[in-house]
Amino acid sequence: MTELPSILPALPELVLALLAIALLMYGVFARTDRTTACTWAAVYGLGLAGILLFLEAGSRVEGFYGQFVADDFTRFAKLLIVAAAAVVLLMARRWMETEGIQRFEFPVLMLLSVIGMMLMVSANDLIGMYLGLELQSLALYVMATIQRDNVRATEAGLKYFVLGALASGILLYGASLVYGFAGTTSFTGIQTAVADGEAPMGVVIGLVFVVCGLAFKVSAAPFHMWTPDVYEGAPTPVTALFAVAPKVAALALFLRVAMEPFGALTAEWQQVVAIIAVLSMIVGGFAAIAQENIKRLMAYSSIGHMGYALVGLAAGSAEGVRGVLIYLAIYLFMNLGTFAIILAMRQQNRPVEGIKDLAGLGRTRPVMALSMGVFMFSMAGIPPLAGFFAKFYVFMAAVEAGLVWLAVIGVLTSVVSAFYYLRIVKVMYFDEPLESLDPIASPTLRVVMGASALVVTFFFMAPGWLVGGAEIAAAALVAG
Amino acid sequence: MIEDMSLLSIITFLPLFGAACILLLVRGTEAEVAANSRWVALWTSGVTFALSLLVWAGFDPARADFQFVERFEWVPGYNIAYHMGIDGISLFFVLLSTFLTPLCVLASWEAIKTRVREYMVAFLVLETMMVGMFCALDYVLFYVFFEGVLIPMFLIIGVWGGPRRIYAAFKFFLYTLLGSVLMLLALLAMYLHAGTTDVPTLMVTTFPESMQIWLFLALLASFAVKVPMWPVHTWLPDAHVEAPTAGSVILAGVLLKMGAYGFLRFSVPMLPQATADMAGVIFVLSIIAVIYTSLVALAQQDMKKLIAYSSVAHMGFVTAGIFAMTQQAVEGAIFQMLSHGIVSAALFLCVGVVYDRLHTRDIDRYGGLATNMPKYALVFMLFMMASVGLPGTSGFVGEFLVMVGVFQVNTVVTLFIATGVILGAVYMLFLYRRVVFGKLEKADVKAMLDLSPREMAIFAPLVLVVLWMGLYPSTFLEPMHASVDNLITSYQAALAAGADGVAVAAR
Repeated sequence: MTELPSILPALPELVLALLAIALLMYGVFARTDRTTACTWAAVYGLGLAGILLFLEAGSRVEGFYGQFVADDFTRFAKLLIVAAAAVVLLMARRWMETEGIQRFEFPVLMLLSVIGMMLMVSANDLIGMYLGLELQSLALYVMATIQRDNVRATEAGLKYFVLGALASGILLYGASLVYGFAGTTSFTGIQTAVADGEAPMGVVIGLVFVVCGLAFKVSAAPFHMWTPDVYEGAPTPVTALFAVAPKVAALALFLRVAMEPFGALTAEWQQVVAIIAVLSMIVGGFAAIAQENIKRLMAYSSIGHMGYALVGLAAGSAEGVRGVLIYLAIYLFMNLGTFAIILAMRQQNRPVEGIKDLAGLGRTRPVMALSMGVFMFSMAGIPPLAGFFAKFYVFMAAVEAGLVWLAVIGVLTSVVSAFYYLRIVKVMYFDEPLESLDPIASPTLRVVMGASALVVTFFFMAPGWLVGGAEIAAAALVAG
Repeated sequence: MIEDMSLLSIITFLPLFGAACILLLVRGTEAEVAANSRWVALWTSGVTFALSLLVWAGFDPARADFQFVERFEWVPGYNIAYHMGIDGISLFFVLLSTFLTPLCVLASWEAIKTRVREYMVAFLVLETMMVGMFCALDYVLFYVFFEGVLIPMFLIIGVWGGPRRIYAAFKFFLYTLLGSVLMLLALLAMYLHAGTTDVPTLMVTTFPESMQIWLFLALLASFAVKVPMWPVHTWLPDAHVEAPTAGSVILAGVLLKMGAYGFLRFSVPMLPQATADMAGVIFVLSIIAVIYTSLVALAQQDMKKLIAYSSVAHMGFVTAGIFAMTQQAVEGAIFQMLSHGIVSAALFLCVGVVYDRLHTRDIDRYGGLATNMPKYALVFMLFMMASVGLPGTSGFVGEFLVMVGVFQVNTVVTLFIATGVILGAVYMLFLYRRVVFGKLEKADVKAMLDLSPREMAIFAPLVLVVLWMGLYPSTFLEPMHASVDNLITSYQAALAAGADGVAVAAR
C-alpha cells in the first residue's frame, strides 16, 4: 500500500505557493490594477508563513519521502528569508509607484522566489536542491528586469540569466557526478556512502563542482563577476532583495550540503571554501574602494561579507555554523537599513545613486546620516555595533578550528574594507553639502531605517537572543 | 556603602546619558541649541568627575584586588560577562579621563562654532568609551570600549579638524584599527584556551610559552600603535596637528595611555614569559623613541607637532618603565603617564589659547608674548618646565622613578633614556624662547589679549594638579603600591614557575 507523502513539514511553503497562484489569478483576471492589494496580500502571506515557522516543532521532521527536511536550522534561515522578503516588499511599494513600474507580478514573483529559497533551505536531496535553486533563480531573473524599458535593467537581467544558467549547469553537472559515484541523490544516502571519509574520486570532483555552483549563488569570488552589474542595473528594491534573501538561502544550502552529506569530507571542501573566502574578502575589500555608485559599492561589500561568512563555514564546526547564522542575521539588519536609505536617496523626486550625492548629509538630513553612519561603522566591524559581533563569532570559529591564517587574512581585509565604509562617512560628514536630498517621504523607509539602526546600535546590550537562537539552529544541523 | 552603588557603571554611562539628552531634548534655534548643548555637556562631565572623586574616596589603597566590582552575564553561556572594577593601576586613569573631559568642554566653548551639538555628543560618547575601557574587567568588554573610541575620535578630527583633517582622520582610524584587529585574534585565542574572557581569571591562567610569544606580538601590534611606539607613531603628529584643541587634549591626555595601560593589564600579567623575552626589544624601541623623536621635535616649526613628538618621547619612558618590572619603574611609568596626561593636555591647551587668537601654529609667527601676555607666559612656563621634568613638578617624579627603576635592571638603557631628559629640555626651552621671549614686533601678535577668565578657569585646576603631583606625589603613589606590588610578585612567580617547568622538562 502506498502511503501519501507527509506534506505537513512544508506547510509554510504550501501556504505561500497557494497564495502565489491565487494572486496570479487575481491579478490577471481583475479588471483594474491590483498591485497594492497583491502586495499587501503577499506581505500578510509572508507574515503568516513566518508565524507558522515560528510555531513549528523544533525537532527534525522529514517530508516528501525524505526529500524535504524541517528542523531548527531551516526555521532560523527561513525566518530570516521571510522577514527580508516582507520588508523589501513593503519598501518597494512606493518606489515602484513613483517610478511607474508597479506591476502585480512583482509580489507574485517575490513569493515564488521565496518559496524557491525556502525549498533550498529545506532541501535534503540533490534533486530537491536543484528545483529550489531554479525556482528562486528564475523568479529573480525576471524581477531583475521588471523595469523592462530600462536598458541597464534588461542588461542586468540578461547577464544574470546567462551566468546564472551557467552556474546552474555546473552545479547540476557536479550533482550528476555525485549521483553517479555515490549511487544516490539523497543527502542522507550520500552521507552514508562517504561516512568513512573515503570517497570515490568522482564524488570529490562532483563536490567541487557543486561548491562552485553554490559559490556563484552566494556571489563569492571568483564567481562574483555578475554581482556589481546586476546590483547596479536592477531596480533598487530588487537589489535590496538580492543583497539579503538569496544570500541567506544559498548560504544555508551551502551549510547543509557541506555539513550533512559531505560532513565526513570536511578536509576535501575545507580548502576550497577557505580559498573562496579569502578571494571574496580580498575582492570585496579592494574593488569597492574605487566605486562611485553606491549600489555597486554595496555589491562589492556583499561579496566581502560573504567571504567573512564563508570563513565560518570553512571552520566546519558547530561554532562555525553558529557564526555564519549570526553573521547572516546581523548582515540582514545592516543591509535592509542601508537599502532603506539608498531607496530614500532622491533629489527633486528623481532617484540618485552616486556616493557624491550623499555629500554633506550630516548637515542636511542628520537622522538619515546618523543611521547610515551606524550601518557603515557596523559593516566595517567596529564595536560596539552589531557588525563587530558578527565578525567576532566567525573568527572565533576559525581560530578554534586552527585556521588562524584565514582569520588573520580576514581581519586584515576588514581593515581594507573599513576604508571605503569610512569614505561614505567622510562624504556625509566631512564634505560640504552640494545638493540636498529630499526628505524621506515614505514612512515605511523611515521605520525600516530607524528600526535597523536601533537594532544594530543596541545589539551589544542583549546579544543572547540571537546567539542562543543560532546556537540551537547550528546544533540541529551539525547533530543531524 | 559606596561599593554597592555600581558607581563605575554610573560614571561610565552618565556621559552617554548626557549625550542622549543633548540629541533628544535640546531644541530651538541654532544659537540656543549650541548654548544648551554646551551647558548639558559641561554639567554631565562635571557631575561625572564629582562621582569619580567618590570612587577615589571609597578606594581602599591597602587592597591589591579589584574594587567596586560589578558583574553580570552578558552573553549567556559563553563566560563573557559585563565585568567592571578598578585597582590601584586603573583608578587614576579613570580620574584622568573624567578630569580632562569637562576641561575639554570648556576649552571648546568658543573655539567650536559649527555643529556644536554633534561635537558635544561626540565628546560625551568618547568619555564613556574611555572610562569604560579603564574599568572593564572582561577582555571583550575592554575591546569594545577600546575600539569604540575610534568612532567619536574619527568624527572629531574629521569634522572639526584643520585643513588636512580628512587625511589625518583616516590615518588615525586605519592605523589603530589595523593593530587592534590583530589583538582581537589574540583575544579569541586566549578565550579558546582559557574558556573565559574574564580578566582576573586570565591573569592567573598560564599560557604555553610558544603561544605566549604570538599572543604578545599580536597585543603589541595593537598597543604599540596606541602608545605610540616608534616606528608606528607616525599617525600621532598628523592626528594631533589636525584635531581641534580639545581633540588633541584627549588624544594626548587619555588615548595614548590606553596602549600602555593595555601592556600593564594584559601583556605583562597574562604573558609573563613573553614579556621577559621581549623586554629587550621594547627597551630598544623605547630608546629610539626617546632619542629619535626628541630630535625630530627639535626640528618642528609647528607647535602642535612639536608637542606631539614630545609625547612620543615621553611615552618611551613609560614603555621602558613598564618592561623593567621593578616597583619604582612601574609606578614611575604609571605616574609618568598621569603626569604626561595632565601636562601634555595643558600644553595643547596653551597652544590652543594662542591659536584661537592668531589662527596659526607656526612658531615663527609668534615672539615676545611675555610682554603682552604675562599670565599666559607664566602658565606656559610652568607646564613647559613640568614637561622637561623640573623638580617640584609632576614630570620630575615620573621620570626620576622610571630611571631609578630601570637603573636596577639595565644601566645602559637608563643612560640612553636619561639623554632624553636633556633633549627634552632643549626642544621645550627652544620652543618657549621663540614663542614667549624675544622682541614683540609683529602687529597682530601685539594685539593679542592675555588669558580670559574662562581660560584661567581651565588652567587653574591643571596648575594645581601639576604642582600637587610634583610636591606631594604620595597621594597618587600610595593607592598604586598594593596593586603594582601584586603585579610584580605574580610576574616573578610566573617566571620562576616557568623556569622550574623548563628545568623539570630538561631533566
